[in-house]
Amino acid sequence: MKENNMEPIIKIENLIFEYRKEEETPPVRAIDNVSLTIEKGSFTAVLGKNGSGKSTLAKNLNGLLIPTEGVIYVNGYDTADDNHIWDVRQSAGMVFQNPDNQLVSAIVEDDVAFGPENLGIDPAEIRRRVDKALEDVNMGPFRGKSPHMLSGGQKQRIAIAGVVAMKPSCIIFDEPTAMLDPKGRNEIMSIIKELHEEGITVILITHFMEEAAAADRVVIMDEGRIFLDGTPSEVFSQGDKVRSVNLDVPLAVELAARLREKGIDVPQNIISTEEMVEFICQYE
Amino acid sequence: MLRDITLGQYFPGKSWVHMLDPRIKIIATLAFIIELFIVDNFIGFLIAGIALGIIIAISKVPVSYIMRGLKPILIILIFTFALNIFMVDGRILWQWKFLKITAEGLEIAIFMAIRLVLLLMGSSMLTLCTRPLALTDGIERLLSPFRKVGLPAHDIAMMMTIALRFIPTLLEEADKIMKAQQARGADFESGGLMKRAKSLIPILVPLFVSAFRIAQDLAMAMEARCYRGGENRTRMHEMKFKKRDYIAMILMAAFLAVIIAESQIL
Repeated sequence: MKENNMEPIIKIENLIFEYRKEEETPPVRAIDNVSLTIEKGSFTAVLGKNGSGKSTLAKNLNGLLIPTEGVIYVNGYDTADDNHIWDVRQSAGMVFQNPDNQLVSAIVEDDVAFGPENLGIDPAEIRRRVDKALEDVNMGPFRGKSPHMLSGGQKQRIAIAGVVAMKPSCIIFDEPTAMLDPKGRNEIMSIIKELHEEGITVILITHFMEEAAAADRVVIMDEGRIFLDGTPSEVFSQGDKVRSVNLDVPLAVELAARLREKGIDVPQNIISTEEMVEFICQYE
Repeated sequence: MLRDITLGQYFPGKSWVHMLDPRIKIIATLAFIIELFIVDNFIGFLIAGIALGIIIAISKVPVSYIMRGLKPILIILIFTFALNIFMVDGRILWQWKFLKITAEGLEIAIFMAIRLVLLLMGSSMLTLCTRPLALTDGIERLLSPFRKVGLPAHDIAMMMTIALRFIPTLLEEADKIMKAQQARGADFESGGLMKRAKSLIPILVPLFVSAFRIAQDLAMAMEARCYRGGENRTRMHEMKFKKRDYIAMILMAAFLAVIIAESQIL
């Protein structure tokens, strides 16, 4: 249903991003001619090993970094246009990797209010949004707590609430689970899925294959270029190609491939562990 | 361990004093300090002491808790007391070689000691009964009229807010670095003062590096959340004077009048 909605929310055209470590050294090209269109309401996972340019891409999407060449449109606004930079950032919220270094206030609800306060929203409306956002991430009872008393997963949920309270149409998650334990990781993933179901466009930068399997589109980046792009089953069915850029395919996909070698007809659309379990239990 | 640290010396409570507008409390504290300097006799101190006692009683903060806060300044208190008692000339009460105690000296020493104790108890009531964040908010609002003359009121308050938020984070970071160094054989406990101070350098350097890294991450996260300084910014908690704040204001004015009248008459 959402896949049929072809209206783009983010449009990247021939993006090149270069940075210099020092003044004298030649620029390093982190992103090399990437074009990508993200549809409204979609859930895209961007995969890649360290240094593949996936994080740089994320920071380009809300104007934290400005393209060296090429253009990015978010909700129709050019990210390089200073007049609309705040519209861009309000449309495309961002959750970062380190849960500690993105919370501003020593009180949970004040932190969630930080974004809406910056947008100059009416106090009563901020109150409503903060309560709703904390409810959305199941952190309501922690509203008066101090972030340093919370676990990593809880802090990351507060960070998500802070972005949700700004009512973005799109949220970019830059490896949100990289510093969390498995429990925190599951919590965050289920919140991301819920937000997607509520109609928010999700871009998930990650290096966990299992997380990418939850998306409806997977983009694999390598050396600043798009290496593979398609539905999870399309991408993961090309196991050898995925492995050639030092990534693994999800366990279920690997298992399916081996079962197929043995002559068992496993459907192509099986990519998650749950689906695999389902299939094996039904198999006769 | 480090997770349990309390910030500042806030004593949580729901008393009338706790619920007052932070702006009122800041102004009242400043007024109280000024009053202590207007007072020139012991009756004035008695009035100020009774007023403070009533506030402490209403706030339900245990007196022992307030006294604990006085401990660090005990040395200063003794030092000024000693200076006053021996240095002031006048009618000699007691003499031993070059040390002498005069009646005037004794009076001034006691006078100053009372002033210092009242000063510290009065100002610690502010931090004991006000959440640190409410305090920074109050400071921001009070300073905002001075924005016209170029005082960055919002920026000062934001810096204090961030400092409060990151003190525990940096403490945890320091703890982590210390443990990492200890695991590799660093020794922080033995040796003299100099040796111990020197052994802290390998902690401070990485701590600074990580503080800068945190600052960079935070700045990026704040920008991503549309932070652009104090302009056009609204606040979730609006500060509005309530009935109790007006009552406090009237009481404060009455107290100030009594103190001034008292120092004029006597």
